[in-house]
Amino acid sequence: MIEISHVNKWYGPSFQVLKDCTTSVAKGEVVVVCGPSGSGKSTLIKCVNALEPFQEGQIILDGIKVNDPKTDLPKLRARVGMVFQHFELFPHLRIIENLCLAQEKVLGRSHDEAMAKGDKLLDRVGLKAHATKYPAELSGGQQQRVAIARALAMDPIAMLFDEPTSALDPEMISEVLDVMVDLAHEGMTMMVVTHEMGFASKVAHRVIFMDKGEIVEDALKTDFFGSPRSERAQKFLSKILSH
Amino acid sequence: MNYNWNWHIFFEPNPTGAGTYLDMLVAGLLLTIQTALLAWVIALIFGTIIGILRSLPSRTASWIGFGYVEFFRNMPLLVQLFLWFFVLPELLPRGAGLWLKQIPNAPFWTAAIGVGLFMSARVAVQLAAGIASLPRGQKNAATALGLTTAQGYRYVLLPMAFRIIMPPLTSEFLNTVKNTSVAITIGLIELTGQARAMQEFSFQVFEAFTAATVMYLAINIVVVTGMRFLERSLAIPGYITGK
Repeated sequence: MIEISHVNKWYGPSFQVLKDCTTSVAKGEVVVVCGPSGSGKSTLIKCVNALEPFQEGQIILDGIKVNDPKTDLPKLRARVGMVFQHFELFPHLRIIENLCLAQEKVLGRSHDEAMAKGDKLLDRVGLKAHATKYPAELSGGQQQRVAIARALAMDPIAMLFDEPTSALDPEMISEVLDVMVDLAHEGMTMMVVTHEMGFASKVAHRVIFMDKGEIVEDALKTDFFGSPRSERAQKFLSKILSH
Repeated sequence: MNYNWNWHIFFEPNPTGAGTYLDMLVAGLLLTIQTALLAWVIALIFGTIIGILRSLPSRTASWIGFGYVEFFRNMPLLVQLFLWFFVLPELLPRGAGLWLKQIPNAPFWTAAIGVGLFMSARVAVQLAAGIASLPRGQKNAATALGLTTAQGYRYVLLPMAFRIIMPPLTSEFLNTVKNTSVAITIGLIELTGQARAMQEFSFQVFEAFTAATVMYLAINIVVVTGMRFLERSLAIPGYITGK
């Protein structure tokens, strides 16, 4: 579904953020990407739907080359859902309008169709009662659930999560993770940048560990948590699991 | 001071034979309002286009925006009006120049367009600042949903940016009204022009300009009130000033 091969990316002439990154996400697979801050994990996931350009290598998404100038990027992006650290709901639109905007403007769905879909998804994330509110009237956890629903409204073939719980208060993390776990169980293809190792051990199939722009470890979940091969991954795990 | 106050002067017939001195001032007031409104529409349209250009990542676009803004804001308004009114017709090919000189109401059109373009540079700078003040993730979220750049501006960035810059935009609207008075120099007999004419005919300089002052004040109170009403009706529940 997502094939990343030999991706190199530089900021400016000398600072290399991604170094020869190669990995893939199969259909229905849940892959967690972790690593210390500044390791390039967010950059990597943003390369998948071409929010960030890269200079070398290639990424193929459902058979379509992302970094091909001929690719219709808006059309391709519409097929992949993305959830951001800071939710990025559109503040001037009501919750239901947030869910309908791209359905209508990008997919060309009728307003009624979009509303029906939006309603269903809000119900699914438990926020139907808030449909006519504005984002600023919701808590962080609620906003993030809306953001997930907004992405799902496009009927994506895969979902990208860029640190979806990092900006949340602790008591709101689980309500967001619950939605993500459900999604994983339904067989959604997911690439998740997160530090939530509990989530990783529960639903991930594979874990990718990145450091300084490199994919240091790309292992099955059991192998990664059982016996990480690289010293850097061991150190990282011992640090974040020590409390 | 040996001055002969005469507040009844407004109701005395003016020397043109058409009505009273008050009628003269009211005609000037209406012309000021027309000029200001047309100039403001031009300022908003061109300011929006240039403001967007300045916010695009493209080098060419931002250079065009930069050149436009510096051209229009670094020259005194008075000089600009002279350029459009006296110099431009001479620079154009003979036919076009003659045609320009024969346009009926030339001072009106020149003033509206000249003041409009002058103000558009200021609107552009503010809009670009408003767009820049939005979280970068907003553009990413719009892009990730498959919206094109144009759709992203239309539905996501501009609605928020205009809300944010509403207070300084109000000031610019007021400046537009006041700046129309410069058009007296190219022969537009607007409010200031009529006040001066009244002074010359009647020698009641203080009454004439007191009345003009009150009229300018009245227009601007209407503008301020209207903009405040607009601002309030566009406020977003729960969002910064929208409480």
